[in-house]
Amino acid sequence: MAKMMTIDELRAILVDCAGGDDAVLPGDISAVPFDELGYDSLALIETAARLRLDHDVLIPDEEIAEVRTAGELLGKINDRIAV
Amino acid sequence: MSVITGLGVVAPNGIGVKEFWAATLAGRTGIAELDRFDTTGYPARLAGLIRDFDPIDHLPSRLLPQTDTSTRLALTATQHALADAEVDPAGIADYDMGVATANASGGFEFTHREFHKLWSRGPAHVSVYESFAWFYAVNTGQISIRHGMRGPSSALVAEQAGGLDALGQARRMIRGGTRLMVGGGVDSAFDPWGWLAHLSSGRVSLDPDPATAYRPFDAQASGYLPGEGGAICVLEDAAAARARGARVYGELAGYAATFDPHPDTGRPPALGRAARLALADAGVATADVDVVFADAAGVADLDRAEAAALRELFGARGVPVTAPKALTGRLFSGGGALDVVSALLCLRDGLIPPTFGTATVPAGYGLDLVLGEPRQVAVDTVLVLARGRWGFNAAVVLRTFQNRS
Amino acid sequence: MNRRVVITGMGVRAPRSPGKKEFWELLSAGRTATRRISFFDPSPYRSQVAGEVDFDAASEGLSPREVRRMDRATQFAVVCARDAVADSGLDLGALPADRVGVSLGSAVAAATSLEREYLVLSDSGRRWEMSPDHLSPHMFDYLVPSVMSAEIAWTVGAEGPVAMLSDGCTSGLDAVGHAAALIREGSADMVVAGAADTPITPIVVACFDAIRATSTHNDDPEHASRPFDASRNGFVLAEGAAMFVLEELSAARARGAHCYAEVGGFATRCNAYHMTGLKPDGRELAEAIRVALDQARLAPEAVDYVNAHGSGTKQNDRHETAAFKRSLGEHAYRTPVSSIKSMVGHSLGAIGSVEIAASLLAIENQAVPPTANLHTADPDCDLDYVPNEARDHHIDTVLTVGSGFGGFQSAMVLTRPRRTAA
Repeated sequence: MAKMMTIDELRAILVDCAGGDDAVLPGDISAVPFDELGYDSLALIETAARLRLDHDVLIPDEEIAEVRTAGELLGKINDRIAV
Repeated sequence: MSVITGLGVVAPNGIGVKEFWAATLAGRTGIAELDRFDTTGYPARLAGLIRDFDPIDHLPSRLLPQTDTSTRLALTATQHALADAEVDPAGIADYDMGVATANASGGFEFTHREFHKLWSRGPAHVSVYESFAWFYAVNTGQISIRHGMRGPSSALVAEQAGGLDALGQARRMIRGGTRLMVGGGVDSAFDPWGWLAHLSSGRVSLDPDPATAYRPFDAQASGYLPGEGGAICVLEDAAAARARGARVYGELAGYAATFDPHPDTGRPPALGRAARLALADAGVATADVDVVFADAAGVADLDRAEAAALRELFGARGVPVTAPKALTGRLFSGGGALDVVSALLCLRDGLIPPTFGTATVPAGYGLDLVLGEPRQVAVDTVLVLARGRWGFNAAVVLRTFQNRS
Repeated sequence: MNRRVVITGMGVRAPRSPGKKEFWELLSAGRTATRRISFFDPSPYRSQVAGEVDFDAASEGLSPREVRRMDRATQFAVVCARDAVADSGLDLGALPADRVGVSLGSAVAAATSLEREYLVLSDSGRRWEMSPDHLSPHMFDYLVPSVMSAEIAWTVGAEGPVAMLSDGCTSGLDAVGHAAALIREGSADMVVAGAADTPITPIVVACFDAIRATSTHNDDPEHASRPFDASRNGFVLAEGAAMFVLEELSAARARGAHCYAEVGGFATRCNAYHMTGLKPDGRELAEAIRVALDQARLAPEAVDYVNAHGSGTKQNDRHETAAFKRSLGEHAYRTPVSSIKSMVGHSLGAIGSVEIAASLLAIENQAVPPTANLHTADPDCDLDYVPNEARDHHIDTVLTVGSGFGGFQSAMVLTRPRRTAA
């Protein structure tokens, strides 16, 4: 079974795709809504592209548009890694 | 009446008005060897480079993945200009503030990276930000968003003349009733492709000595050096500026743009006509002009043509002329805007910054070019000139404000 | 200065529209001109449809030297400028050159040439660092595209103010608005103005793919552009150009010129919201419309036809519909609204000018071009979009609008010149 992604790994991808570092993304971000973190829909499309190309995790556009928090996104990622 | 109340500078020889002006008066150059990629094999390597600019010190990290170097510089200059003007955009109605920037090469390094991803890895690798980080309106759009400015806004392209055009456009909007405009220009294209594109102009100096490579109006002038950066100004309606007790650098009293006759016509270029129109627009005579900030191409034919235009306007050695851009290189849309900043500081301090690098001006030019040390004079009226390749001419007249208010 | 500005000449190139006659025939028949991309193999791309122009430079009268020098968008602009001047009946040689200006809009300018040169210099993308060996002397023209407006100046002999506006997808409206401002303020007496874009090149297709902005109705290219339809899923990229002759009204009348319309009002606002996103309320576009009508001294009820931006993205059409309701009130429901992008696609910076051309022809023909491919109602889009068939209609005043990346929102009011002297 493939290795699950951690919230810190996802955080690094988010920061790379859409900015923000630990100073702005403190502690556990998994429950904070993306818009409060300053991530808009483009940030999430870019993140989804990175997940698909570099991590082989495909999250369809419709689902990415609905995701509200990093925790939710991580759940979707790991659901797919687990299959 | 439109007045300038805030200045923001991102120049190869200084970030911030204070540092830039000190460098300009002292002759500290921003010309250096390009070190951002391997330039072996390139016929020229000198450019006006902004160093010690870490965008994270100036901008929120959220903006970094979506912006080119040029946009980061433009946003930084805008922030400085608004702080300098002591304006809080949140306190002004959104439609009363607009943005007019000039842009020559868009987010070129950013787009080069995306071209590279597209062709080396495939279309799926192209960033979501490419669709706007590249285009010429990016700086206007990003400035508008960052500062909540929803008034009339636009982006202009006129090679090196664009910076003055943007300020002219900003004044046009203020005349139309907009209270405050952010105007100016910033460019940067120093990735390997951008650098090659610069070289293809055929006018970049191949002289490898940073001290002499770009020496406008010199008998040995061998071309120009491209630079990066520029300036952003805050322009306001004079009554509004007065009402809030703003410090005023000067009035943007005149502006005009002309275009050269096609070279095949054999008729002379139209730079002098732009100057004349701008002076008429400002309602001042040539005799009132205390100093001219020249376009200063550094290419013999173009220097000669500009000298001829100035002689025709002012008579031989009839007015002090200077070109502080020898310390920064030609900044494209940033060039005219940065010269306006220098001109306003010259008004403030009564000091004309010299043209560094230039040693011998051909006598036939009939130019009183300020060389060596800054020249102390009473300055009330300044003419700033800019030319863009293919025939664009723009002229701006700046005047002290308190004398006429 | 209280100078009024009229449009007295036009030239247009759009998909399946080699001139203004064919352009109006296409629009009034409600025929679509979009197709599967043929300029390159589109199969690796998400959106594979476009509005391409079958443009033959030689038969358009461009010399081999001009073709080598000019980017494709510049070529489009130049032939449209020639057409516009011929259409205006002006003898340009008789005008003082210093009173003639140029105002050209383009969003992505020399994108096609940039991509071609990139492939040469980078060895088809293999290298990041590049060799100067194959450097084209025209590369600088593509780095700094103001050469486009210079070419127009040379074409028409303009020596007054020459401007290039690049305000993304409102460039074509803004360039004509700028031209009118130049005449009104007295900086010029005549301005050749308009816009051109030829973005059907892989980098542009890929960048709109990335943000899911373009249509994926790849199985039905002719019906891929579906503004205001419930099944719309993005715009269809296109190329095109339109150029106009703008003059001061009394001068145009004095020479007995045919006036297509007066530029009654023009305004632009920014949404300061997002580089690509739109707020659903349409507030800033509504404000631009309000100001443009105010300049024209017209009430919302005077608008006989709204030439919409109607790009066919989910968010634009909703945003725009809201803006019409906000600015025109109840009249928004009564006045016909249509999007020609349903037929000729979205040529980015050029489309604002192409839509001005359509607006002028609508006045000329007293007919509203339809919104093609509109079959399924969307509850968010509940105005009269003139589905699929052109409609005869009394038109004195057209409102044409644009919306673009960077947040630009522009509106122009075009009015049929009254027969009586001003």
